[in-house]
Amino acid sequence: MSSRAVGEAIAAAHRDEWARIVAALARRFDLDTAEDAAAEAFAVAVERWPADGIPPNPGGWLTTTATRKAIDRVRREARREQKYQEAQVLYADDAPSPTGVIDDDRLRLIFTCCHPALAPEARIALTLRMVGGLTVPEIAHAFLVQESAMGRRITRAKAKIKANHVPYRVPSAADLPARLEGVLAVLFLVFNEGYLATGGKSDPIRADLTQQAIRLSRLLHTLLPDDGEVVGLLALMLLTDARRPARISATGELITLGEQDRSLWDRELIEEGHRLVRGRLAAVAAGGPPPGRFQLLAAINAVHTYPQRAGDTDWFQIVTLYDRLTSIDPSPVVALNRAVAVAELDGPEVALALLDGLPLDGYHAFHASRAEMLRRAGRVAEAREAYTRAIALTGNTAEAAYLTRRRDEL
Amino acid sequence: MPRYLMSVFGPAERTDFGNYPTKEDMLQAFEDTGAFNDKLQREGYFVFADGLAPADTATVVDGQGDQPVFTDGPYLEAKEHLGGFWVIEAPDLDVALQLAAEGSKACRGRVEVRPFQNADDLQQLIDS
Repeated sequence: MSSRAVGEAIAAAHRDEWARIVAALARRFDLDTAEDAAAEAFAVAVERWPADGIPPNPGGWLTTTATRKAIDRVRREARREQKYQEAQVLYADDAPSPTGVIDDDRLRLIFTCCHPALAPEARIALTLRMVGGLTVPEIAHAFLVQESAMGRRITRAKAKIKANHVPYRVPSAADLPARLEGVLAVLFLVFNEGYLATGGKSDPIRADLTQQAIRLSRLLHTLLPDDGEVVGLLALMLLTDARRPARISATGELITLGEQDRSLWDRELIEEGHRLVRGRLAAVAAGGPPPGRFQLLAAINAVHTYPQRAGDTDWFQIVTLYDRLTSIDPSPVVALNRAVAVAELDGPEVALALLDGLPLDGYHAFHASRAEMLRRAGRVAEAREAYTRAIALTGNTAEAAYLTRRRDEL
Repeated sequence: MPRYLMSVFGPAERTDFGNYPTKEDMLQAFEDTGAFNDKLQREGYFVFADGLAPADTATVVDGQGDQPVFTDGPYLEAKEHLGGFWVIEAPDLDVALQLAAEGSKACRGRVEVRPFQNADDLQQLIDS
């Protein structure tokens, strides 16, 4: 067995099976034990597969090995007063309880990791660790946090889950929409941190994070195929990530949507994204529930990615979609993005009036958008000031480089 | 079954009607809280619940030295103090949070939900 083939098989098993293994173990053990045992099973695979060969069912082999490791651990830690509990764990009926389409262990794991009792950053870290299979150093690196601090954050989150008896289950139908919203928010945050990475030392785009977010969204879509917002989020990520190859110049500068070389866009991702959006349009037209935030954002991105040339963008449709988005999410950030579209339709002065008074003074995109509109309106001094403010606020190196050049051209 | 403390904090200084704006509000909150307690009992969650007299009625006792030392006032200088609490038994946190939401509505205050230590936690402390 070539070590390369084994390495690939282990990497593939890690990518495809990690969440399933941890989730299956979490049904019988606590999250800590589930995670450690899964990691140990992969370590055993690294040791054994080169000599013994890749098992015919790697996922099954890993789950069995991880289960044994978990039982060993419980035995090691078992104390007299826990004998009864131990016996329950060890001799529990091994036959998995019947699982319907929605009642997947992995889905329960996702909802447990994104429980509203946990702080948002703990939800992100825990989801990446338990469902995504990222290591603690990888997560710490992704969010520019010390490894030890990230380790503590994850440990604390797991301890809170255990001490509080956070249930390992998919929320009831009545609670599902609210809880799912929290899950989608976590995935979107992971994606955004990858797409416009913050931190002076970070790469401007973190493809590992955007890919991880897409992978987790695909998983969620497989588990909840009928949820419109899950489809919307996946489509939004695909249509956004498709533009990634065109987004940074050779000199490390951000290239805005209007100026990107569209031949560099990933056509396959765009096709898939458009297909998903069309599916949602058909579902809504057939009397389904009205589109939520992610579906509307996906639709906006579908309009952006449709034409061959930026000049052919249907801005009227984009403004219309932003109007609908405003009616369900009247946040200042949505108002900002709508104003950017209005600038294309009605000119910069009209859009600037819309920006007046938005409480976004600490947000880099607000000043960057204002700067572009002021430039187009010929208000040079104000534009220069707005660029300077945007540069000071952005944490992304490519965006800072782009804004600096634009300012210095004035 | 796990036990949770659901505690309600209120300002250190109370108004004439507890922490309520008017007497009517206070009486209505008492009635709603009573009804919530009845529900907890009826559905088997109730362990114990009560309200506390204002924080300035507290006395702190330190018996660690040769002679106990008595200090007037609550243990902490704080803007908010524990005003009342429930002890409940619930199968999991989701149930506890749902009950806390109802309790919060009834008593017109924010409710902190916190699990009690269990035998496992104690053993871990002892072993550490």
